[in-house]
Amino acid sequence: MFELPAYARALGIEIARIEDGVPILSVEFGRNVEGRPQHYHGGATAGLLENAGYAALRARLLEEGREAQMKPVNITVQYLSAGKSQASFAKGRITRLGRRNANIAVEAWQDDPDRPIATAILNILMA
Amino acid sequence: MAHSAGLKLNDCNKSNAPPKLARMSINPSQFDAEQAGKFFFRAGHTGWLGLRYADHGENWVELELPWREDLLGERDRPVLASGPIISLMDMASGMSIWQTKGVFTPIATLDLRVDYQRPARERSAVWGRVECYRTTRSAAFVRGIAHDGDRDDPVAHVAGVFMTIGKDPRQAKMSSDEAAPSEAGTGDD
Repeated sequence: MFELPAYARALGIEIARIEDGVPILSVEFGRNVEGRPQHYHGGATAGLLENAGYAALRARLLEEGREAQMKPVNITVQYLSAGKSQASFAKGRITRLGRRNANIAVEAWQDDPDRPIATAILNILMA
Repeated sequence: MAHSAGLKLNDCNKSNAPPKLARMSINPSQFDAEQAGKFFFRAGHTGWLGLRYADHGENWVELELPWREDLLGERDRPVLASGPIISLMDMASGMSIWQTKGVFTPIATLDLRVDYQRPARERSAVWGRVECYRTTRSAAFVRGIAHDGDRDDPVAHVAGVFMTIGKDPRQAKMSSDEAAPSEAGTGDD
């Protein structure tokens, strides 16, 4: 579909599958993402959320035949429960897509998509 | 690192603690960001990022995220991704709280917001400087900036809220479950 940024690949983030045209990203647990022993570092969880947000937008833009450079405006991350030592997944939902900006909500989960471990809201500018 | 600081491992290691905890050496009753950084940044996510201690004051901590080729956020420009900056700010936030409280007590990120003013300069390290401006019995509030050399021209502003987790913070003691490196940002249990 498309290549994830170097940072995402270095962290071990992959496109696990495509659901309704939206890439679902995943990362395996390992030392790259570990904070306190056997748990995800909040920064790594945020990295997964952010990349899933960008991937959702990138996929939609491709679908619409749009080519744009994406610039982050901001991200707000809410931590809901500890990320345990297993794979994590994340999927973004485009709440609004305009010509110049996009607002995207992202959820990350482990066992059950209905029990997110963290959520994020991203605003992205497109140039 | 030797067991030079005051942590009494027998008091805080539970039987199921991973063996690596035996190497822990953070003094929980007299937190010092510079000393703690030596321990925090040896392994795990922050070790992988290569974070370094830069400076600290009574209620603030500054860390450095060195430039790295494989942390790029875009295909065609040598500019650091925003993800590592969140990790940098999350860690600096947690350490500013411990520095302010003077103790290494279990905390978890509740909410962290990063506003990006501009991309970091090409091939530049980024510093994260965060102050803890208010603590209550169960919460701590932080704000700070990320910059690439000039604190008057920040790359990003951050604001966050952390919670004290586990026991009553007045009696907080380290335990293998609740207080380990990079506790900040791991969410609560």
